Amino acid sequence: MTRVHDMGGRFGYGAVLPEPDETVFEEAWHSRALALTLAAGALGHWNIDMSRHARERLHPREYARFSYFEKWLAALANLLVETGEVEDSDLLPGGGGQTPKPLSSRALRAENVSDLLGRGSPTTRDWQGSARFSVGDSVRAHRLAENRLVPGGHTRLPAYAAGACGRVLRHHGFHVFPDSNAHGLGEAPQPLYAVAFPAAELWVNPEHPHDEVVLDLWESYLEPMP
Amino acid sequence: MDSSKNGPVSAHRHLPAEPELRVKALEEILVRKGLVEPAALDAIIDMYQNRIGPRNGARVVARAWSDPDFRNALLADASDAIAGMGYAGRQGEHITAVENTANTHNIVVCTLCSCYPWPLLGIPPGWYKSDEYRARAVREPRKVLAEFGVTLPEDKAVRVWDSTAEMRYIVVPERPSGSAGMDEDALAELVTRDSMIGTGLPMEPQR
Repeated sequence: MTRVHDMGGRFGYGAVLPEPDETVFEEAWHSRALALTLAAGALGHWNIDMSRHARERLHPREYARFSYFEKWLAALANLLVETGEVEDSDLLPGGGGQTPKPLSSRALRAENVSDLLGRGSPTTRDWQGSARFSVGDSVRAHRLAENRLVPGGHTRLPAYAAGACGRVLRHHGFHVFPDSNAHGLGEAPQPLYAVAFPAAELWVNPEHPHDEVVLDLWESYLEPMP
Repeated sequence: MDSSKNGPVSAHRHLPAEPELRVKALEEILVRKGLVEPAALDAIIDMYQNRIGPRNGARVVARAWSDPDFRNALLADASDAIAGMGYAGRQGEHITAVENTANTHNIVVCTLCSCYPWPLLGIPPGWYKSDEYRARAVREPRKVLAEFGVTLPEDKAVRVWDSTAEMRYIVVPERPSGSAGMDEDALAELVTRDSMIGTGLPMEPQR
């Protein structure tokens, strides 16, 4: 039921390879891919949840094969076609028209980059509802880590935490709900909680009896424990 | 975009397969269509290559080590505390600082993608974005820490923070024991990127 990006806890991987402290971009094209993604995002067709979902929707074999910024590039090309900003055929060799068009008024200008990055896109919302859970409450994550609005849709409840019992550690306020926002169904803000799960609740062979994993989970991912 | 946009998509396969050519082709298409200004791309790269990086986070940690009032403010509301130092923005709109103590070691991961506090640490390193780290940090953090050369005392608990929402986490490591009397600038030099992710420890001062 999960998609390939939901990697937490998966077996089979080898060692993590640490890198020197100040490596920013291992390859020059990485920086170009990042910049292109941010600049195209500024056209305003999609939000961060849609762009994450576009990466997650890549064919599982491609998702597994692509390096990190290759996933970004493929998702970006797909989003540009889906939103009608470019035609499918534009992506073919020699596509996109031979006569350059003047810079659109919607395009990100160099002089606005600093403001755009400095502002970001906060996801907290003023909302007049009440929070169902308080710090210290025992909660259980849904047994099925699936989007409940759109079959196979975007969700941020990892499969490894599905059905697990934990306790509310922090209340982060009301945040835009990705399961809705990724599909153009509105921001639908909900309370967001940091929930601490004992490692023994998540893994058959936890490394240490006192270890915990903390996840940020929206209220509708959780149910109260009796 | 409507909710029907949920299946696999293959438009990207029209582009060259080799990533360097792929990014070049996509940039050329968007520039020809008037949708991207190359100078804006250069400005974004300059920002993350030269201006925003782990030295920002190191200054925050050094201040927390030096100034108890700032430490308390940072742990209570990190977004607010770091805004006062000029740090805010994309992929750091909401920040929580978690402090290592004698009893608890914190480590940060994003198992679903690669969420990371950009305004404080810059662009995440390759290993943070790797399948290996994303898969293993939650299940066997102590084995992962050992691969970074970090071995924790048996009585210290590990708390792994999986960044599943838009809250970004920075670890405030324990201040090295030999650093008494050092000023903030000197302390910041001891703070490594990995010590703020939780996969490393700060450097010990040179004697």
